[in-house]
Order: sequence, then structure tokens, then C-alpha cells
Amino acid sequence: MNRIKQKLSEDKKILSIYFTAGYPKLDDTVQIIQDLEKSGVDLIEIGLPFSDPLADGPTIQESSTAALKNGMHTELLFEQIKDIRKSVSIPLILMGYFNPVLQYGVEKFCQKCEEIGIDGLILPDLPLDVYQEEYEALFKKHRLINVFLITPQTSDERIKAIDDASEGFIYMVSSASTTGAKSGFGEEQSSYFQRISNMQLKNPQIVGFGISNAETFNQATEKTKGAIIGSAFIKHLTENGVDSIGGFVSQIR
Amino acid sequence: MSYHADEKGYYGEFGGAFIPEMLYPNCEELRQNYIQIMEEPSFKQEFQQLLKDYVGRPTPLYFAKRLSEKFNTKIYLKREDLCHTGAHKVNNTIGQILMAKKLGKHRIIAETGAGQHGVATATVCALMGIECVVYMGEIDIARQAPNVARMKMLGAEVRAAKSGSKTLKDATNEAIRDWINNPVDTHYIIGSVVGPHPYPDMVARFQSVISEEIKSQLLEKEDRENPDYVVACVGGGSNAAGAFYHYLDTPEVGIIAVEAAGKGIHSGESAATSALGKVGIIHGSKTLLMQTADGQITEPYSISAGLDYPGVGPMHAHLYKSGRGEFISITDDEAMQAGLELCKLEGIIPAIESSHALAIFEDRKFKEDDVVVVNLSGRGDKDLQNYIDYFKL
Ligand SMILES: Cc1ncc(COP(=O)(O)O)c(C=O)c1O
Repeated sequence: MNRIKQKLSEDKKILSIYFTAGYPKLDDTVQIIQDLEKSGVDLIEIGLPFSDPLADGPTIQESSTAALKNGMHTELLFEQIKDIRKSVSIPLILMGYFNPVLQYGVEKFCQKCEEIGIDGLILPDLPLDVYQEEYEALFKKHRLINVFLITPQTSDERIKAIDDASEGFIYMVSSASTTGAKSGFGEEQSSYFQRISNMQLKNPQIVGFGISNAETFNQATEKTKGAIIGSAFIKHLTENGVDSIGGFVSQIR
Repeated sequence: MSYHADEKGYYGEFGGAFIPEMLYPNCEELRQNYIQIMEEPSFKQEFQQLLKDYVGRPTPLYFAKRLSEKFNTKIYLKREDLCHTGAHKVNNTIGQILMAKKLGKHRIIAETGAGQHGVATATVCALMGIECVVYMGEIDIARQAPNVARMKMLGAEVRAAKSGSKTLKDATNEAIRDWINNPVDTHYIIGSVVGPHPYPDMVARFQSVISEEIKSQLLEKEDRENPDYVVACVGGGSNAAGAFYHYLDTPEVGIIAVEAAGKGIHSGESAATSALGKVGIIHGSKTLLMQTADGQITEPYSISAGLDYPGVGPMHAHLYKSGRGEFISITDDEAMQAGLELCKLEGIIPAIESSHALAIFEDRKFKEDDVVVVNLSGRGDKDLQNYIDYFKL
């Protein structure tokens, strides 16, 4: 069974952490993954940096720019994590924009992911219809779960279509925003969380964007399966480097 | 073969809407409504009235006698430089501001490189009394001060894009991010035939007035609707799309797209996308773009800020790939000389973008009785400092 599905079947809230590969330092990737697993995180999203990350706010943008400047690229990331399954068993998702994947070759990319033991992909600018027409068979062949996003503006009809196309979980963007743009949840989010919960989707939902601490983690997971922290973790890495990852995670739960 | 967008916004293999889900409702609202709105009589009437009374259309089709003599062929100039605000850009912003009103939007955002599209957007927002925010790369703000001042005088807020390379592509990223954060009340006026579907098709339709006019004007002057060639410079490709539009499916009309070679195609400082680009995704569109082997988008270079974009619109990628269009690239030096030559021969100071289109005659020869229409996309006022620096005037 795919590690993501295995993890989702456990009776607990999921804490997922995003980081940008190649940041703060080019060779930090493996240590960050190992330390996150040790700290009790449930799922890791490894960000493949891109020159033009248009769904991301300043924090993740800056980490991407820095990572590229450090020399990160697709082949190097694969090289860095080629033996990662010897040391960790946590589910791993690669998250990035579609263009670098397209240039690497989508088939070759999927093959490489399977070899290494990557469990899923999040490619925010690969739209649902293109995925279904051109890539779904390929992703499935290489046992990769493709994760789709929904937002407060996504219509019920489209949420159902996304739910049908998903296996694993749905990435629920907490508000109309880029990453790291807002913090804290209000009335609007509560009613959105409630609305989605009422839809009784077949896939569990994990909330992302705007989660930075124990309070927002608890709010976000009240009606959902879990939450993703990105910008807040990147900020932590910027300020503290990679030596106190356990400390960051223990503040969340 | 069709050279127009299909229902999903594809021109051959290029186009589409490669957008994150956060943008889906915005683009979908536009996609479902744009054609219908453009075909409403009240929309058409208002659009045409403004093009006539406010923009100053139709722009003349001028027979450039001395230029024609020099190159021994018949050269006509489509005078988009005489549009209000000094370039073709305003045709699109007039159309889109009316579209935004029909969609009930209260706030406009735009990106700009040189500032021409920013000025054209600020202008129509002032005209309609709508709030306007223009994103501009921090580096461009410094090098295009007069246009920044114009936008401010017109009541727009100019926000510096400080991410990435701090130029046009980053200003576009920032505008898209703004749209993600303001999905309901805001309309994004893209300045060229780029971006996700339906933008390339919508902008091309608004600009198509250029070739519509060329047809009737040429009929009057030459007793024929079709020239032998239409020539236009390509940054994102909107003035070219407008000049080519009604000739796309007329194979007798040769289509010539002119890109900026900068300091030379292989100098590492160029914006010649058709020569240097590979298929990829930029700003939500699958097209030809300049990028590293790893798929990172690279920074182009041209002396002309309006041609300094790392991609081309999907229509042009398709024209290139299918062979329908002839693509020529022109260096900074060639363009500057051609610009100065037009001043001396015809008394017209062209925008440096347009000078690229004029520069092809040195090497690309035409028959004596060929009718060649060059789209003179803009005037050179905005480029005065560049001309001064280059020619040490
Ligand atoms: C005068 C002029 N011509 C051409 C362009 C290039 O844009 P496009 O290729 O969309 O026509 C610009 C852009 O700023 C411009 O100002």
C-alpha cells in the first residue's frame, strides 16, 4: 500500500511539513527529511525550487531563489535523495511547478520518483483536465498519488470532480491567497471548513496556507484530517538553520 | 489548419490554461463570458465609440514613399503610434476595461515592463473611475521614470515587483499573485497575447481592429484587401496578433514576425524566443520560452523594454512551429539605425520596438511591386533617452 494512504488510514491528525530543497544550504535536504521524521511529523513535502513560483508568497519565493542560487536542480535533488529509503519510512511528496518536470521529461521524472520511493506529487499548475487526458495513466503506472488543490472559491461541482480524480487526500487551501499571505483563521474559514466537511468527500482533506503554530494547526484540523506548514517552517530554517527542527515541530503539537 | 484558438485556448500544441486552482474561478468566469460579452451590441457600440473618439481610430495607413524608394518595394505603415497614449496597447485596455465593467469588477491590476501597457491601463481606469494597481519590476521602475510618473498622474498606484529578476516577468508574477489574493472584485488586464486561456484569444480579438482597418484602407489605396506581407515586432505578440489577425487564414499574405536579438542571438543577451526558446510553461500558457535545461525561466535582454519578455504568445509559437509565419530577429544596433532612418526619411520617430520591424528591409528583400504593411506599433517619445544615449545626441 502506498505510504500516504497507509498514513491517512491511521486514527490521528496529520502534520505535514513543506520545505524547499537546497535551502538554507544546498546539502541540507537529507538532514531535514531525517530530522522531520524523528520529530514525529507524518508527511513531508519536498519543494523543487522554480524561478517563477506564482502561487507562492515572499517567504517561499525567497527560499526558491536562494536554493537555485545555491545550485539546486532536479537531477541533483534526485541524486541527494537516491538512498533516502534506507533511512526513513515517512511518506514523501515532491511539490513543484510543472515546467521543470516537463523539461526533465514527465515519464522519466515519474520513473525516477518510483525508483527513489517518492509517494506522491503536488504540481499546482498542472490542471485537472490536462492531468486526466495526458498523465494520469503514467502517474498510476509509477504508483504516484497526484494531489489536487481546492480553495474557498472552488465550486461544489468542481470539488466533486476533484474528489473523484483524487486518491489519497485533497489539499485544501485555507483562503484565497498565495502561501504565507495570511495567518490565523476567521469566520470565513470556519464556514468553508464546515461546508467541505458537510460534503462528505471520499478523500480526506489536509489544510494548507496560513498555518504557523499550535493554535492554527488545531483550528485547521478540527474538521479535517490534517494540516500543512510551509512558510513558518522556512522562516524557522532561515533564522535557526537546520539544528533545531525538533524544537519547531514540538511547538506545533 | 487553424491559426485561431480552439475552445480550450490551444493554437496547435500551444496555449491552454496551466494555472493553479486558486486562479481557476477567475479564468473560468472570463472564459465562459468573454465571447458572449464581446458580441453584445451594447459592448460593441461602446468599444467602437471609444476607439474612434478617445483613441483616435482608425489610425492612418500611410504609404511611406521615401522609405519605399530606398528599399525598392511598396511599404505602408500602419500608424498605431498615433493612438492615444502612443501605442497599440490602448486598443486592448479599452476592450478589457469594458469587459471588467460588464463582469462587475471594481478594481484593476496590470503588469508592465517599459510602462506602455501600465500607462494604457492607468488611462482607461482614469476614464472609467476605477481603482488601478500596476506592478512593475523594481529595475524597470528605475529605468522608465517618465512612464512611472505618467501612471501616477493618471491616478494609478505603481507597486514595485521585488522578486526574482525584478523585471517584466516578475511584475507579471506579482500581478497574478495579487489576483490570487483578490479573486472576486478584481480584473487582471494582461498587456499582451500571453497568459492562460482566454487571455491570448481575448487580447488578439481586441487588437484585431488593426488588420480589420488595414483591409479596408488597402482596398481604398491599392484596390486590394490583401498585402503581400504584414510585418510586426513581437514582444508578447499583441500588436503582431492584431496586425496578422484577419490574414491568418489567407495563405497568400506572408506573415513576418520580428523578434529582438539584443546583442546577437547567441550573445547570451537576447530576446529571440523563437530561435532560443523551447516548449514550456510560462504565466499559465504552454508556449516557446527561454529557459535553462532544468526548466528555470531565464531573463531576456533587448534594448527595447517592450520586447524584453522570455516567451511569446501561443499564437506566435504556433505560427513559428507550423511554418505559417516567417521569423526574423534584429539586433539592438540594427533596430536603432532603422529607427533613426525612419526619422530622417519620413519624419516619424518610432518606438524602438517598432524599429525592429522596420529594420528587416536591410537584409530581407522584396519585389518591386510587393505591398508590404509594417505595423508601426508605437511612437518614440518614451524612448528619447535611449536614442539620446545611443546616438550621443
Ligand atoms: C510600442 C510597442 N510595440 C510593441 C510592444 C511589444 O508588445 P507586443 O508584442 O504585445 O505588441 C510594446 C510593449 O510594450 C510597445 O510598447
